[in-house]
Amino acid sequence: MDVEYVARLARIGLTSEENALFQKQLGQVLRYIDKLKEADISGVESSAHAVPMFNVLREDEPRPGLTVEEALSNAPRQANNLFIVPKVVE
Amino acid sequence: MSPAELPGLTITGLRECLRTRDVSPREVIEALRTRIEDVDPTIGAYLSIDFDAALKEAEKVDVDLPLGGVPIAIKDLINVRGQLCTCGSKILANYRAPYDATVVQKLRSAGAIPLGKTNMDEFAMGSSTENSAFKLTRNPWDISRVPGGSSGGSAAAVAADLAFGSLGTDTGGSVREPAAMCGVVGLKPTYGRVSRFGVTAFASSLDQVGPFAKTVRDCALLASAIAGVDPQDSTTLPADVPDYSRNLDVDLTRVRIGVPKEYLIGEALDEHVRTAINAAVEKLQSLGVEIVMLSLPHTEYAIATYYIIATAEASANLARFDGVRYGQRAENAHDIFEHYTRTRGEGLGAEVKRRVILGTYVLSSGYYDAYYARAQKVRELIRGDFANAFEKVDAIVSPTTPDIAFKFGERSADPLKMYLADIFTNAANLTGICGISVPCGFAQVEDRQLPIGLQLLGKALDEQRILQIAHAYEQATDWHKIAAPLSARR
Repeated sequence: MDVEYVARLARIGLTSEENALFQKQLGQVLRYIDKLKEADISGVESSAHAVPMFNVLREDEPRPGLTVEEALSNAPRQANNLFIVPKVVE
Repeated sequence: MSPAELPGLTITGLRECLRTRDVSPREVIEALRTRIEDVDPTIGAYLSIDFDAALKEAEKVDVDLPLGGVPIAIKDLINVRGQLCTCGSKILANYRAPYDATVVQKLRSAGAIPLGKTNMDEFAMGSSTENSAFKLTRNPWDISRVPGGSSGGSAAAVAADLAFGSLGTDTGGSVREPAAMCGVVGLKPTYGRVSRFGVTAFASSLDQVGPFAKTVRDCALLASAIAGVDPQDSTTLPADVPDYSRNLDVDLTRVRIGVPKEYLIGEALDEHVRTAINAAVEKLQSLGVEIVMLSLPHTEYAIATYYIIATAEASANLARFDGVRYGQRAENAHDIFEHYTRTRGEGLGAEVKRRVILGTYVLSSGYYDAYYARAQKVRELIRGDFANAFEKVDAIVSPTTPDIAFKFGERSADPLKMYLADIFTNAANLTGICGISVPCGFAQVEDRQLPIGLQLLGKALDEQRILQIAHAYEQATDWHKIAAPLSARR
């Protein structure tokens, strides 16, 4: 694994020390999980979930939710009932 | 009952004092406050406590409710309206919950008072609580050792009588492991038994909220209070919730308990743990239980499967921490990419970064089939192992952890070694079944007694059964009567 590349995919900035350390540590973890390649999975259906429940629906009725003030209460920056973010287009 | 003795009570004992008006809910909070201010600087179980909010609730609480007037500590990734909810992370250092998690609402409906948010490994990733961005939590049996994790604060609070009971979360053992290391009872309910609404997600197909308590009976009381279907969490199971504490005393003859041969892991198992578990199995036999040897043939793949699925799900769940709607933001970024990478690079700790990177990798194009898709299939094989086993037995017994509580720093440089200690616990999360850890003895190390946990695994929705077995075992032994040096009972 190229840690620097994958960290970019995950939008995580790493210092060069972290980069080197994780390269080593995750290498060990990957060597360990390669064990799974030995498992015989022929004919096995995959499971994303341990519980056999599908398409759980509820009535589509309005319910109380957060107010605008509550929804914005943890925003790093806000103004005019909006989340303020850095400018992304020139 | 003097105020100094109050915190040493069980929930059951405290309930009696409250119901008979021997003490008032206010006096309980005040007594706990004195004890916490006295002892928690040494233990470090709590990240934040709003005593004023708790005292306000104590004024109007109905003490005749099942948990009326009982303060309960809450792991700091479970939202309690108006209180900080940091998840042990710098990125959420100032986050205040705008609403109550369903489990908190349910505790309140049962009369309990949420009191204090407990320390944890950041985003529940870890087995020692050393990954908290804020502080260490010390084991009340030996303060040079970890309390286990990730719900280390919740476990240590109960062991040190800084809480009567508490809630944690268990994604791969994060309730059972610290319960074992702190010498208290910890339950991981069946996946879907307890709502996850308002609980910050780590791995959504594995996470489950579970209670810590000083006795199995107390644990059963808490489990009944928090369980049940929730319209806000579509994965909750529409099954009735029994009052688990009413049906604990049963005869164990004709109960069959399995010992998986793959769990007899030779040298990887601490000698003290092996001795204690063998004695516990004999004790169960003396209570009439039939012990059956069985096989869970895919055990050797459980940890690898777990760390692929858990990290994959975490990489998706933690994408929400982007510095836009909540949490800390790195200021003065030149573009959106730098905004994200610096916000996350500065706000997240090392273990969280490692896991998100690993999870991103196993889901990435070209590796998805080799890792994630394969792990999902192996998960199915592991589920099959347990389904076969539960055709023959009512429960499965094992150590909770292969080792006793370790010293600070002993394992933090070696993530893989930390992961391997989940060997007995994470299959329950992969397969969705329930499990409990109950104290089963001590290791004598450096003139200290260090607790050992016995794990009982049960079928999906069979919490009542493992609670009964754990209760019978507890009542037949004295382990729960031996309190930590830093408890109020010494």
